[in-house]
Amino acid sequence: MKGKGRSFWKYLVVGLAIAILAKVSFAKEPYKIGAIFAVTGAASFLGEPEKNTAILIMEQINKAGGINGHPLEIIIEDSKSQEADAVLAAKKLLEKDKVLAIVGPSTTGESMALVPIMNNAKTPLISCAAGYGITNPVSERYWIFKTPQHDLSAVQAIYNHMKKKGIKKVGIITISTGFGDAGRKALLDEAPKWGIEIVADERYGPKDSDMTTQLTKIKTSGAQAVINWSVGPGQVVVTKNWHDLKLGIPLYQSHGWGSKKNIELAGKAAEGVIAPLGRLVVWDKLPDNHPQKALLKKYETDYKERFKSEPGTFGGHAYDAIMMVVEALKKVGPDKSKIRDYIEKNIKNWPGTGGIFNMSEHDHCGLDMNAFEMVVVKNGDWEILKD
Amino acid sequence: MFTVLLQFILSGITVGAIYALVGLGFNIIYNATSIINLAQGEFVVMGGLIMWFFSQSLQLPFFTSIILTILLVGLIGLMMERLTINPLKNADLLLMIMITVAVSIVLRGILMFKFGKDPYSYPPFTEGEPIVILGAVIQQQVLWVLGITLTCIGLIFLFFNKTMLGKAMSACAVNPTAAKLVGINVSRMIMLSFILSAILGAIGGIAITPISLMEYDKGPSLAVKGFCAAIMGGLGNGMGAVVGGFIIGILESLTAGYIHSGFKDAVALVILLGILFFKPAGLFGSKATLSVRKF
Repeated sequence: MKGKGRSFWKYLVVGLAIAILAKVSFAKEPYKIGAIFAVTGAASFLGEPEKNTAILIMEQINKAGGINGHPLEIIIEDSKSQEADAVLAAKKLLEKDKVLAIVGPSTTGESMALVPIMNNAKTPLISCAAGYGITNPVSERYWIFKTPQHDLSAVQAIYNHMKKKGIKKVGIITISTGFGDAGRKALLDEAPKWGIEIVADERYGPKDSDMTTQLTKIKTSGAQAVINWSVGPGQVVVTKNWHDLKLGIPLYQSHGWGSKKNIELAGKAAEGVIAPLGRLVVWDKLPDNHPQKALLKKYETDYKERFKSEPGTFGGHAYDAIMMVVEALKKVGPDKSKIRDYIEKNIKNWPGTGGIFNMSEHDHCGLDMNAFEMVVVKNGDWEILKD
Repeated sequence: MFTVLLQFILSGITVGAIYALVGLGFNIIYNATSIINLAQGEFVVMGGLIMWFFSQSLQLPFFTSIILTILLVGLIGLMMERLTINPLKNADLLLMIMITVAVSIVLRGILMFKFGKDPYSYPPFTEGEPIVILGAVIQQQVLWVLGITLTCIGLIFLFFNKTMLGKAMSACAVNPTAAKLVGINVSRMIMLSFILSAILGAIGGIAITPISLMEYDKGPSLAVKGFCAAIMGGLGNGMGAVVGGFIIGILESLTAGYIHSGFKDAVALVILLGILFFKPAGLFGSKATLSVRKF
């Protein structure tokens, strides 16, 4: 008992010492940023790396003396992957914590729910979700930005590659979830602009075990290539079936393909699969003078060291969002409307993990199809396609 | 054109075999207790994930992994019965079924904590290129699933019809009081049925994971399709579940192939409803069993 009591006092003293030291080194008021991530629930595969990234940045910035001497305080709320909880979290952050900006939420639905709230509160929101509607029309999204690339840009990157390869007839196979619906719509809408004809349009459920029927149908439709749009196990099953059937036409995957885990699960079936991927997964294969390389390397190494796991593209979205706010705070200080103006006007040729951002009053995402590299699976690893 | 049709049918057999193997598991507990165990899908998921754990993570030999997986999942089935069903004694059947739903949610939570949300897989039982039949292909692992399904049906048939233990078990479902009067330990039989059912689920999970991958929340979707297979064939009838599974699988595939893949789940279920409308006991169930059935 005695030993236990003593160690308690020891912790208390150490704790107080840290607190006092922290106070001394940060004599100034902390800058408060809110963060809403889907840490639990269906979208927790997004929220988990985003939350970790926020913790990582907060630790690094405060260790280096904060922002112009002000400590950075990121208040992280869990939206439980639900729109209603995201709204509650935003209200708490705005009214109780009086944050200068909010980063997140993780999904498109949650982000859309926050649009009117943020516009009313005149506080910047930098979403980590991909939906095109989050920042468009820009005239109604004055306070809203986002860091992930549009689904549309991934579609354009694929069609651009097909055009170079002379592929004109395409079969698409999409998962029946929000991600697949959005991808399918973008694929269908964009095809005519690139002179591409969609000759087969197939679907499958998120828990389906076999897609050979759909792929056979695509093959008989005369398609010259097949595009699969999904995240989760479906993309691995499609890859295996494509390999087993020996379709003889290339398989393109969406930007959801960028996890080494997919290559592991699909094994040699993954060889030759092509996908538009953000540069985070292939940073070590970029030329040394690429503006994103140093930043990607540092982010991934630091994250792995701190959390013993891969940050993935999703953690990167949070990284970009938080760093934009941090830079704005550094330049213009704690003023919500100046922060907004700074992000809109000064984030130009700004290398982030998702690409090189060019924000403007017409574009609150700042990325286009050049944010992607076309990557092929070769010998169990990624390889950037040169042409 | 024939090759395409054949491919659709082979694809249907692939998913049908999975449904059949899952559907079989429902029958054993049903035959012994009239309970529909809605945690059956979780037994299948555990089979796949625990097999992955032993064979890939711990790198144990193939057969050792299978045996350990079966033992472990059987033990979980035993604990499920002793901890949740047995203490209730003579509770209402519907209540018991609700409890199996609760157990499935708890198991899913535990699996999520242990394995995370990623899908898992391991190499098929026999490596190699898929088999080509007249231009259509089928994975080797599907043949394993078919073989295992048929072996299981055979064993189940022998067990329920030729052994004293099996007969005692089915007596418990028909009339527990009468079974008790002739000296059958009803509580022991129910426990045994949960163990057997868990083992059957585990075998299913072990066999299908190389085809469909396995993740913590795949249970409900597997259970729904497996349950449909069991009802279509007539609940409690082993062969019925298998035929039901293949009918649903092939119908889904043909719908996806000739109508549209968006309709495949709906069409299979509509046909299931149609069959139940004309033959409420299922394809292989008799009217007589339907009348003594509590569920």
